[in-house]
Amino acid sequence: MREKVPMTEKVPMTERPVTADARPVIELAGVTKSFPSTPPVHALRGIDLTIRRQESVAVVGPSGSGKSTLLNVLGCLDRQSTGTYHLAGMDTAEVSDGGLAALRAALIGFVFQSFHLLSHRSVVENVMLAELYGAHGVPIDGDDRSDSPSLASGERRPSLTIPKTDRSRKARRERAEQALARVGLSHRRDFTPTRLSGGERQRVAIARAIVHRPQVLFADEPTGNLDSRNTVEILRLFDDLRADGLTVVTITHDLEVARQFDRRVHMRDGELFADDGTRLGTTPPELIAVGTGVLE
Amino acid sequence: MKTRLDFRDLVDESIAGLLARPARAVLTVLGTVLGIAALVATLGVSKTAGNQIVARFDVLSATEVIVRPADSFAGQNTSTLPWDAQTRIERLNGVVAAGTLTDIDVKGALVRSVPVNDTLGITEFQIAVKSASPGLLEAVRGVLGQGRSFDNGHSQRADRVAVLGRGAAERLNINRVDQQPAIFIGNRLFVVVGILDDVAREPDLLDSIVLPDGTARAIYRTEAPASVHIDTKVGAAKLISSQAAIALDPNDPSRLSVSAPTEPKRVKEGVEQDVNSLFLILGAVSLLVGAIGIANVTLVSVMERTGEIGLRRALGAARRHIAAQFLAESTVMGLIGGVVGSSIGVLLVVAVSASREWTPVLDGWIPLGAPFLGAVVGLVAGLYPALRAASLQPVEALRSGT
Repeated sequence: MREKVPMTEKVPMTERPVTADARPVIELAGVTKSFPSTPPVHALRGIDLTIRRQESVAVVGPSGSGKSTLLNVLGCLDRQSTGTYHLAGMDTAEVSDGGLAALRAALIGFVFQSFHLLSHRSVVENVMLAELYGAHGVPIDGDDRSDSPSLASGERRPSLTIPKTDRSRKARRERAEQALARVGLSHRRDFTPTRLSGGERQRVAIARAIVHRPQVLFADEPTGNLDSRNTVEILRLFDDLRADGLTVVTITHDLEVARQFDRRVHMRDGELFADDGTRLGTTPPELIAVGTGVLE
Repeated sequence: MKTRLDFRDLVDESIAGLLARPARAVLTVLGTVLGIAALVATLGVSKTAGNQIVARFDVLSATEVIVRPADSFAGQNTSTLPWDAQTRIERLNGVVAAGTLTDIDVKGALVRSVPVNDTLGITEFQIAVKSASPGLLEAVRGVLGQGRSFDNGHSQRADRVAVLGRGAAERLNINRVDQQPAIFIGNRLFVVVGILDDVAREPDLLDSIVLPDGTARAIYRTEAPASVHIDTKVGAAKLISSQAAIALDPNDPSRLSVSAPTEPKRVKEGVEQDVNSLFLILGAVSLLVGAIGIANVTLVSVMERTGEIGLRRALGAARRHIAAQFLAESTVMGLIGGVVGSSIGVLLVVAVSASREWTPVLDGWIPLGAPFLGAVVGLVAGLYPALRAASLQPVEALRSGT
C-alpha cells in the first residue's frame, strides 16, 4: 500500500513536457452527434479537438454537456453523425463495425466508473479478457509516419499491421500478470473481484485496460466510486502510464481530479467551450466554475 | 481489419459463463435431459422388447417343420404320407420328436360323456376329432395335465382310447382320468386316458379329441395322415426340411410340401413400431419443452449480462463473437443435457431389461447420436437470444449494466 496522499497536495507530474510536434493520436474535425428523437438531441455540436501522444486530458463539464457522448465517439463505441475522426491516423468513418471492434481491441483501453469486472472470474482472468479478442490487420501509428512519402502527397498512409503477439494462453497469462504487477496487484491475481476493495478493483480494471499495450486509455469517471486515498493512487497510476507513452483521456466532473491532468477541455451543451491547452498548473477558478456549473 | 476469437477460448468462455450460475445451468439442462432420456429409453426398451418377443417366437418357429401333401394338381389326389411317417422321420439326425396329425371326419357325430345326468343342459357337443401318432404330442410340445398319452401299443391294437384337449375336457365336464371316464363319439365309446393341458404348437389340439392313428384307421377308415409335425434341434430345421420329403416319399418327394421356418423379421418390426410411436412423441415433446427452457434462460441471461456484453464489445468483441458465445453456451447446455440424458436413457433400458430378465438391446448410434441431438437442440434454442445479444449497441449495453 502506498502512503496516504492528501488531496490538497498536487501529485507531482512526471517531467515530460508535451510538445507541439508530438504526433496527434486523436483528431476530431467538426464532429457532431445527434440522436433521433422528437425533438432530435444534438449531443455534440461541431467538436474540433486534437490530442497528441502522451497527453493527459480531462474532459470536464456538467452532466448533459455531451462529455460521455464524446468519449463514446473517441473510444469507437459509437460513430459520429457528421465530421471526421482520425484515430492514430485512421479515418474511423471508413472502417466497418468489425473494424471498429478491432481498433478498440488493438489501440484502446477502457476504464469505467463501475469497473465492469466479471465477478465470477479471477482477477488475472479479468485482465486476460482484454486479449481474448485478438485484433489483426489493424494499422498502427508507426514511427516512420512523418517520413512516409505517400503521406506528403495526401494519400492514405500505408497500413502497418500490429506486431504479432504470442496469442497462446500462457503468454496472455504472463502479460496479464505483468500488467497486474504494474498496478501493484500481483498478490491478488487469484482473488475474485468481489473480495477486493474499490481501489483495488479499479486497478484491476486499469491492468485490463493496458495489458494489450494500447495507444489511448479512455476513462469514464474512473474515480467516481473511490475515496480520496484511492483516487490519488489511481491518478498517480495514470500519470505513470502516461510517462510510459500512453495517451490518457478521462471524463470527470471532479475539479480536484481534473486538476491533476495536463490539459482540461471544458464542454457545455455539446460544444467545447474552453480548452486550457497544455498549460500545467491551476485552472482559473472562474473557468472551472463555468465549465462545471459549480461556483467555487 | 477485424478481431478473432480462438475456438478454445470460445469454449472456455462459454463454460465459464455457465459455471458462473451453476444451479441455473443445471435446472436449465434438466428439460433436455428428460427429453433425451425419454427418447433413448423409448428406442432402447422397444428394441429390447421387440427382440425379446422375436427371440421367443424364434426358438419355437425355428425348430418346427411341417410336411403336408402338396396341393393336388390335375385333379389328382397326391396324398402319399405313409402311416409310418413318425418312424421314418425319427431316424433323421436332428429330429427331437415327430408325429402325424389327421383330422377325422366323424360325419357329424356329436360327442358326449357318460353318465348323462343333466337332462336340461346341453350334453352333446360338436368337437373336432383328430388322430395322431404317439410322437405327436411331444412334437407339438404338448403338456399333459392328467393321465398319460397313448402309445404304439394302443395304436397297433386300435384300442378305443382318447386324449382330450383341455378345452374339450372342460366342455365334457371331465377333469380327472384316474377312474377312466368314457366318452361317446356318436355311439362309439372311448376311454379317456389323458388330458392335454397345453401345447406350444397346433393350439387347435386343446379343443379336440385325439385318437391313436391305428384306432382312427380301424374305426373311421382314415386313408393317410394329413400332416407330419417335426420338432427339430435348434439349427437343424433347414436340414430336416430338405430331408423329410425324401424320407417320406423317396419316389417323388416333390409331391410333398414342406414348410420350414421363415425369417420373422416383419413381426419384429411391427412390434417395434407399435411401442415406438407413442413414446417417441412423448420424447419429442419433452425435448421441445427442454429447448424452450434453454431459449428462455439464455434470453434472461442475455438481459442480465448486458453489462458484460458491453464490456466485451469495448474490449474488441465483434457482434459475431457475442453471438458465438451465447450460441456456444446454449449448445454446451444442450450437449450436457444430451450426454446426461443419453446415459440415463441407457441406464433405464438396462434397468427395465434387468427387471424382466431380458437382454438389453440398443442400436449403437443412439447413445452416440443423442448428445449430438441435444447439442443441436441447444444450438437452435440459442439462436434468438444470441441474435438479441449481438444486436445490442456497445454504448447502451455498457450504460445499462454493471
